[in-house]
Amino acid sequence: MPEKVLMKGNEAIAEAALRAGCRHYFGYPITPQTELTAYMAKKLPKMEGGVFLQAESEISAINMVYGVAGTGKRVMTSSSSPGISLKQEGISYIAGADLPAVIVNVQRGGPGLGGIQPSQSDYFQATKGGGHGDYHLIVLTPSSVQEMADLTSLAFDLADKYRCPAMLLADGTMGQMMEPVALPEEKESGIEKPWAVTGTQMKREHNIINSLYLSPEVLEKTNFERFERYAEIEKNEVRYESYMMDDADYALVAFGIAARVAKNAITAMRKEGLKVGLIRPITIWPFPKKAIREAADKVKGFVSVELSMGQMIEDVKLAEECLRPVVLCNRAGGMIPSVDQIIKVTKELAEGGKN
Amino acid sequence: MTTQILIAGFGGQGILFSGKLLAYKALSEGKELSWLPSYGPEMRGGTASCSVTISDEPVGSPIIDNPDVLIVMNLPSLDRYESTVKPGGAIFVDSSLVGRKVQRKDVEAFYIPATKIAQDIGASNLANIVLIGKVLKDSELSRGYLEEALKKVVSAKHPEMYDLNLKAIDAGYNYIEE
Amino acid sequence: MAIVFEKPKSLTSKELHYCPGCPHGIIHRLVAEAIDKLGIEGRTIGVAPVGCAVMAYDYFSCDMVEAAHGRAPAVATGIKRALPGNIVFTYQGDGDLASIGMAETVHAATRNENITIIFVNNAIYGMTGGQMAPTSLPGQVTQTSPYGRDVKVAGYPIKVCEMLSALDAPYYIERVAANNVKNVLKAKKAIEKAFRNQIEGKGFSLIEVVSACPTNWGMTPQKALEWVDNNMIPYYPLGVFKDKDQEAKA
Repeated sequence: MPEKVLMKGNEAIAEAALRAGCRHYFGYPITPQTELTAYMAKKLPKMEGGVFLQAESEISAINMVYGVAGTGKRVMTSSSSPGISLKQEGISYIAGADLPAVIVNVQRGGPGLGGIQPSQSDYFQATKGGGHGDYHLIVLTPSSVQEMADLTSLAFDLADKYRCPAMLLADGTMGQMMEPVALPEEKESGIEKPWAVTGTQMKREHNIINSLYLSPEVLEKTNFERFERYAEIEKNEVRYESYMMDDADYALVAFGIAARVAKNAITAMRKEGLKVGLIRPITIWPFPKKAIREAADKVKGFVSVELSMGQMIEDVKLAEECLRPVVLCNRAGGMIPSVDQIIKVTKELAEGGKN
Repeated sequence: MTTQILIAGFGGQGILFSGKLLAYKALSEGKELSWLPSYGPEMRGGTASCSVTISDEPVGSPIIDNPDVLIVMNLPSLDRYESTVKPGGAIFVDSSLVGRKVQRKDVEAFYIPATKIAQDIGASNLANIVLIGKVLKDSELSRGYLEEALKKVVSAKHPEMYDLNLKAIDAGYNYIEE
Repeated sequence: MAIVFEKPKSLTSKELHYCPGCPHGIIHRLVAEAIDKLGIEGRTIGVAPVGCAVMAYDYFSCDMVEAAHGRAPAVATGIKRALPGNIVFTYQGDGDLASIGMAETVHAATRNENITIIFVNNAIYGMTGGQMAPTSLPGQVTQTSPYGRDVKVAGYPIKVCEMLSALDAPYYIERVAANNVKNVLKAKKAIEKAFRNQIEGKGFSLIEVVSACPTNWGMTPQKALEWVDNNMIPYYPLGVFKDKDQEAKA
């Protein structure tokens, strides 16, 4: 076990990316993720082959990412909600051209310019598309600074493995807080990328990085093939934490900072004799549908705890197939549900269930 | 055991730095911890706060609704957070800057003119550290591993600051309330 | 029998989709000839735009990337930074480069990004069927300026070379035309120099090629080429706007 160091979540992401062999970063300052950009600005110019560039806009940054991704090298950009909206065009192109890249969203409250306090209101954007067209991102949601590092490292591997963009969906709290973290080992991609544009060296046909197919038959085929890959991802890459679910009568569903608060609420409720557990999605695409569905056979109801007006709750309802009531416990606009609020909503669900 | 500490004051008083010192102390002790700052424009001049949770168990939420220990460096912070402290908890007040006393009877209150003491020892911007010295003496936190933590938070570029910080800690630690 | 004329190696055998009389074919050829002459095909990566030249990735035999509308200079920046030993060029039209992609253009220039940009200015959006471009001339009739470009409403055309040459950073900016033999020969030299600059690590080179769009201008190819002489070139004078080689000598 490597020695633990104390780091901000944003810095842990940056350091983990470097250790995953990422030497190319393009960004634009925005609160609350700027420490990540600053960390890269400090480290990359001192590293062999390291490229840090502050782009003229989020749009340019994601297109620089597209360029590097086409060369087969590991590349990352990061931003916060309004900046991620600007990147959507590029993300759609990256998905359409089947390129691996890592995009970090340290979410803040919205819509519009919104605020700078933590939020999870980009859930729909991250999991249901964001940009135009039929595509998915692999979306990982860290719930500790340790996971900020570990899931960043994993994001690079999954992006390479499945040739698709992966997103780390964090929030302002995760980005700003410090916790002890054991940093992942140095590694490299290790995946061959014969499709990359690196110059033909006059030894092969030219490679083309492209998402344009004017023939609808051909375009449809690329979509079908991409979704076969997505099916593989859904089969292999679902990740979640099951916390005190063995004997639970009620299940909280929460990710990121909401899951941390939920655990405190569970401790308090169990002291009072209310058996509550937590299903914490670590991937929100693919969503842990099976875990929710199986829980529905055992529990009497679900509480979706979110920093949004209720976005993940739709996936929870779809997954549990109308077997149990699903209620929302939420705050929005940069506010965070409190332990007391979670207890209150869960108790209301429990009492309602008795009637 | 879990101790939740909330430090609050004006931006620029070193609120986040004091929190960092406690966080590094906990790390050196091999404890679990989280450190969560308030962030944004308020870091410059407005109210700043920092939540530090230190525990023998993995830390749940890093957000502190009801601190065991409240450290305040201005009046608005005392006004805002006094009622949130857990019964039986402790409030540490920089009495150079906060005119009033703690109203609650179910918490322990400690007063130390940290800003004045800091000026007296030639470390006028280390009132926050003087306060931490007092906290280490009178709260459930101990002084152990303080030196290790200080080494980590004081910039290597300014080694002289290490001695000055240590002096500030001692000044707070050895202060006897009148 | 000696071969005196053949297709450049850097062009594929794919048939061009351009309209009859469109100078894009000539300009593609000039780019390919430059790549051939400099012997860089194996390490060149091209970036295609959105616009008439969107399928340029099928025509150049080097590795190619298709960029989103206007983003080619940013994409090229990413590629060049990742592979500094390779030669990276973009091929863009006026809507792509001077309207939706203006920020990318200006910032690549001001970073003196070591890339080559071929900017084809035909004063109209061709692919979408003839709408007003940022470079459409005052009074020019297009689908979206049916009464002629009214500068009070739509503003004036953007003179890209003049604008970019006001920046300190870019290395080489020249405007050429592809409407007659003399001009095409000059264009060929300029494009070659723009690639050579990159090989020598000198930095940002942009060649604006004043071109024609017979189809959307509603003219015969012959008339369109004359219109370039009589209307385009007076507004967009040809010449070198910035060349740090010359500045160094002076």
